[in-house]
Amino acid sequence: MAFIEAKNLTKIYTRGAEEIRALDKASFTVERGEIIAVTGASGSGKTTLVNVLGCLDNPASGSLTIDGRTIFEDGVNLSETALTKIRRGIFGYVFQKFFLLPTLTVKENILLPAVFQPGLRANTARLAEVLRLLGLEKRIQHLPGQLSGGEMQRTALARALINNPAVLIADEPTGSLDSKRSAEIKNLLLELNQKQKLAIILVTHNPELAAIGHKKLELKDGSIHNG
Amino acid sequence: MNIFQVACKNLLRRKTRTLFTIAGIMLSAWVLVTLLGFNRGYEQSLNENIEGMGFQIVLTAKGCPYEAATLMLKGGTGLRYMPEALVRDVAGREAVAAATEMLMHAEFDPNKGENGGTTVYLGIDPQTYPAMKPYLQFNQGGWFSADSAVEIVLGYEAAELEQREAGDMMLLPGSEQEFRVAGVLKRTGTQDDGMIFLPLKLAQNIFNKTGRLTMLGLRLKQEADQSVFEEELYSLPDVQVVSMAQVKNTILSLVASAKVIVLSIAFIAFLIALFGVLNTILMSVFERFQEIGILKSIGALPKDIFLMVLSETALLCALGSLAGIILAYLFSGLSEMAVRYFLPFAPNGRLIILDWPTTALAFLSITLAGIAGGVYPSLRAAAVRPLDSIRSVD
Ligand SMILES: Nc1ncnc2c1ncn2[C@@H]1O[C@H](COP(=O)(O)OP(=O)(O)OP(=O)(O)O)[C@@H](O)[C@H]1O
Ligand SMILES: [Mg+2]
Repeated sequence: MAFIEAKNLTKIYTRGAEEIRALDKASFTVERGEIIAVTGASGSGKTTLVNVLGCLDNPASGSLTIDGRTIFEDGVNLSETALTKIRRGIFGYVFQKFFLLPTLTVKENILLPAVFQPGLRANTARLAEVLRLLGLEKRIQHLPGQLSGGEMQRTALARALINNPAVLIADEPTGSLDSKRSAEIKNLLLELNQKQKLAIILVTHNPELAAIGHKKLELKDGSIHNG
Repeated sequence: MNIFQVACKNLLRRKTRTLFTIAGIMLSAWVLVTLLGFNRGYEQSLNENIEGMGFQIVLTAKGCPYEAATLMLKGGTGLRYMPEALVRDVAGREAVAAATEMLMHAEFDPNKGENGGTTVYLGIDPQTYPAMKPYLQFNQGGWFSADSAVEIVLGYEAAELEQREAGDMMLLPGSEQEFRVAGVLKRTGTQDDGMIFLPLKLAQNIFNKTGRLTMLGLRLKQEADQSVFEEELYSLPDVQVVSMAQVKNTILSLVASAKVIVLSIAFIAFLIALFGVLNTILMSVFERFQEIGILKSIGALPKDIFLMVLSETALLCALGSLAGIILAYLFSGLSEMAVRYFLPFAPNGRLIILDWPTTALAFLSITLAGIAGGVYPSLRAAAVRPLDSIRSVD
């Protein structure tokens, strides 16, 4: 059995009388350590897909199992707290926007997950490792406002990795970066995948970045066109 | 870092807004603490004032009861006199343990203060009066050397005003004789402080009030029933019975309505401040929807977010009420002056007594009310879904 199995995931939004199938019977699997590139036109349902996959959103129908545990299925309805605990254990997230807390330093932002997961607090070795991997050692006392876009995204990445997740969900992580910074993030993701055996679900419009995927999911009107 | 520290940093983000909210709480806490202190202080001072009289019942010539009360407590004009025979009769009754006769005399002195002032003289019986007020203490000297000595005893303030010490000589109006100051009393915080005491017979003489008395102070025997005795006295013509218990109740009930109004104003001020806090917190929650969503996506449980926002509220209220309490202590003298100005009757002594149980009560009730008010915004924050934040940027 694959690490993550999604079957017929469907998500429907209604906008007035109009019904939008943001996800339409999407089925796929993710293995540990696998990079999956999710591509498709704007509005094709990429964000919807990774949000459902990352347990941030729930599908209208279909099933999702992670590491043998059923997360969504007809008749299964996990509480917000249960979902949070699954998210904590499995996923790290980065988005196009970095969502750093402006009043906290780089180090505090990276350690933010530990505020809510006391188990992470003692793990100073992990902090050092993440800082080194992302080249942020010299920036720990800076505030987000004092960083470049690339540094902000690396800080967001570090925050996503501090809990040592099995899967990184990255929704257009280079969307607000120039090509040089984008290449930097691409190399980082590759390195993380190889050194940490990190699975990465990578949503991107950038073909160069998409090229690092071991597997591609191409979305069109909510359904997967290859798989 | 823990949730509480994150909450602190959140408050520091909007310093001006945080400060104004704290200021609102501070002002209402100030008012509340001051009023609670007044509640205590006023009653305590009144009790001390009345206990300080040393009598349980005072008999005066007929007049308005409130005037009688004012007269005794303030010392004043419009005096009337009682027949001596009647006084002797009452003093000799079964229930009476001790009685002392007094003649009060008020004299306008144009040289006193800036616009002149009234000096109050009290002719007292050197035999019985000191015995009834054994707690009176002297700064200098003592009571009269003999029953008919040409001597006076000055209250603390009277001595300051007249600039006299024990052994000095002093002229009294209506008398050619100089009086020797036998003693100066310690401050009592009662009307006695402003009084000039002299032997009763002498007073009757120089003020041309031979055989006249304004007051009879009575102390009853332990076993005597005060209300029965008072009933007995009520049947006497031309005299006014003033029971200290009654005076106190009259004054307290006069002040009670003022207290209710003032307390409700304090309560309203407090409610307004509370809504200010609610508003601030709710606004900051709405502003931070995205951020809260991110916190949830990185592992914050609903209860974590709830706690975070509730701590922000609690912190605002605690800081505000702490600041208010400090203000209340710093400015209690000023508040006292204001209260004295507005009150129908203010006893001597401290009107606002701040003690730690009252202060702690105010602190706790404000903080707890704040926390109760913070529950709704905190629930709203706890219910934010991670998705709300991610989607809201699209
Ligand atoms: N909350 C919502 N309410 C209604 N419709 C929505 C909502 N969220 C997304 N949609 C619609 O669902 C479809 C898929 O949206 P989604 O954000 O997944 O696309 P996307 O592939 O990520 O696009 P982009 O490349 O622009 O980010 C779109 O048509 C979008 O308008
Ligand atoms: Mg998208």
